Amino acid sequence: MNRLVKILLGFLLVLSFTTTSYARDQIKIVGSSTVYPYATVVAEKFGKGGKFKTPVIESTGTGGGMKLFCAGVGANHPDITNASRAIKTKEKALCEKNGVAEIIEIVVGNDGISFAHSVNAPDADFTKEQLWRALAAKVDVDGKLVENPYKKWSDIDSSLPGKKIEILIAPPTSGTRDAWNSLVMGKGCSKTAKSLYDAAGKKAKKECAKMREDGYAVEAGENDTLIVQKLSSNPDAFGFFGYSYLVANKDKIKASSINGVQPSLEGIQDYSYPIARPLFFYVKKAHIGVIPGIQEYMKEFTSKKSMGSRGYLAEIGLVPLAADKYKVTRTAAVDLNTIKIK
Amino acid sequence: MTKEERLKKRHRAEKRFRFYGLTSIFVALLFVVILVQNIFSKGSSAFKKTVITTEVFFDQELLEIQNGASQEEIMEADFYDIMIENLIKAYPAKDRDEEDELLKLFSGDAEIEIKKAFLNDNNLIGKTITLDLTASDDIDQLHKGNYPRDLPEERRRISDFQLVIYDYFVENKKISKNFNNYFFNNGDSRDPELAGIGGALVGSFYSILICLLLAFPVAVLASIYLEEFAPKNKITDFIEININNLAAVPSIVYGLLALQILLATIQLPRSTPLVAGITLALMTLPRIIIPCRASLKAVPPSIREGALAVGASKFQSVFHHVVPLALPGTLSGTIIGLAQALGETAPLILIGMVAFVVDIPSSPVDPSSSLPVQVYLWSESAERGFVEKTSATIMMLLSFLIVMNFIAVYLRQKFEKRWN
Repeated sequence: MNRLVKILLGFLLVLSFTTTSYARDQIKIVGSSTVYPYATVVAEKFGKGGKFKTPVIESTGTGGGMKLFCAGVGANHPDITNASRAIKTKEKALCEKNGVAEIIEIVVGNDGISFAHSVNAPDADFTKEQLWRALAAKVDVDGKLVENPYKKWSDIDSSLPGKKIEILIAPPTSGTRDAWNSLVMGKGCSKTAKSLYDAAGKKAKKECAKMREDGYAVEAGENDTLIVQKLSSNPDAFGFFGYSYLVANKDKIKASSINGVQPSLEGIQDYSYPIARPLFFYVKKAHIGVIPGIQEYMKEFTSKKSMGSRGYLAEIGLVPLAADKYKVTRTAAVDLNTIKIK
Repeated sequence: MTKEERLKKRHRAEKRFRFYGLTSIFVALLFVVILVQNIFSKGSSAFKKTVITTEVFFDQELLEIQNGASQEEIMEADFYDIMIENLIKAYPAKDRDEEDELLKLFSGDAEIEIKKAFLNDNNLIGKTITLDLTASDDIDQLHKGNYPRDLPEERRRISDFQLVIYDYFVENKKISKNFNNYFFNNGDSRDPELAGIGGALVGSFYSILICLLLAFPVAVLASIYLEEFAPKNKITDFIEININNLAAVPSIVYGLLALQILLATIQLPRSTPLVAGITLALMTLPRIIIPCRASLKAVPPSIREGALAVGASKFQSVFHHVVPLALPGTLSGTIIGLAQALGETAPLILIGMVAFVVDIPSSPVDPSSSLPVQVYLWSESAERGFVEKTSATIMMLLSFLIVMNFIAVYLRQKFEKRWN
């Protein structure tokens, strides 16, 4: 029995030894699933450069990534988090509380969300308000908020086709849904509805973003590839996802215009296409110099050959930054400019 | 109702039941066939890769190194110019734009492939060799017939001009399909033509190894004690019920447990096979204990009593007689438990195994993915080439499971003693 106890103790000793001596020589990245495809391409190129190990990238969603990122400083916490929106005040406070005092913000580029359907369907054009009316849980009819009554597109506006509304929506956890909520549901929400919510003492922004659950908007899961498959087999259905999926699948799906504008590289860059947003990643400054390669990774990501208009990220659907914004982001990456977190 | 009628009725009932039984077996088989057929038809093409046969001339002017250079010198040297100059000769392109389109037909690793050829035989300067260079995934999918070419150009990823080059390659027999070594040797990649399950295989291997090392001894000792030594009272009953309950706990719960204890409290490194192995061990432990106890129970009491009768101690009777007889059942139970652990994804999501890992792990504390996680990751990727990779990975996973289950059945049938 004595021997058994000794073995067990030895095992525990080894276990604690491996944890304390555990130092990392590989960058760890967490965060948004929207930035993931771009970050992985940069990481792979970076690793092939041969000087550093290839960074490990986990797709946790923007919110989940911030939580891990702000949990503290040290080899057990990630060095970088990707985000499909800017860091929130609450998250900054969490970071500060856990000693993550200096954060560098890098704007990666722009992402456009396309509202797409099968290539076999006739072309379509919507306004944001029409999209909101098709998707919202409650809409205003004759000055009153009612459960969404629209069954066909033509019920919303007689100029729209007389087809059943059928929209595949991303789940609430996805960054695409986040962006859709703020860019379409928030902005497309009618003034009457907003003032009615305000009058009732409810938060208009939150209420406007609630989606109907009566079968006209179907939650389709995180798997964008699956949404593409469903859209191509059903010409009446619509779905929304990142611009890169549109580029990769243009033999199967096409985008409908928003306010008469088709999603395009230029349109997303200058935000003249209405559903476009910037993408970010955040770097923990305290890790630079401790974990090898972070600064070099930032330089690789922000170099012209990756982020530029002819860079390899542009090829897979990231919309490059306009020249002035590029300069700001590149300077931040080279000079390690931190953002204010208080 | 007469006797005959009643008999007929009973026979009819039996016939109906047989029919129902056959139908349900048929339906179940049909689903299996559809599933396997679907996976195989999509996945089998992933085991081959499209290569473009290209002549490569090693021009001294374009290289910084001489014949007979050392390994390090070659590794450091730039083969970019050699690659460009040789690849654009693959087709008589007219201008810079056409050359750019031509270059896109090759994989992102063309330079590395040329360098490797040079590493194998470093007396190549001034010589011309013929190399099979991996094609880009667009050409790969086109050549395998997975990508339509009869669409208008703006809806295709391959331009009209690239199709012209492709047809030229086909006509001159410069394009062919080789065994896809990258699929087995490489780690994950964002280029489908370079992506492989090498890293996931190693990660799964380490995880299962750690799971076996932890779960097997604990499970065997626990079941021997509970079955042979423990007194039968309320406490052991309670333990038994809990083991059965634990075996039915959804695997994601073990992931949460590992997240709290292994990652947050003990601070083991995230995304590593070490943590995955411990988590899977916790999950498989009750699933191994149950068949172990069953096989111990199946050893007739006469064996124990016989041993005790000739003066063996309790310990001797158990370890010299009962355990060896129960071993085949114990082993097959363990293997089936491990097979379940091999296909498990849910707890791994929580401990950070769902990650993009390019480097193949060299130890259990290196970040890694695993086979089912690789399936999950690739099924979400936008590129067309990953569809076949996903199915091919499922095929590999299924074949491992089949082999493990086969070993379990074999062990049981070969070594198990029947007591009748």
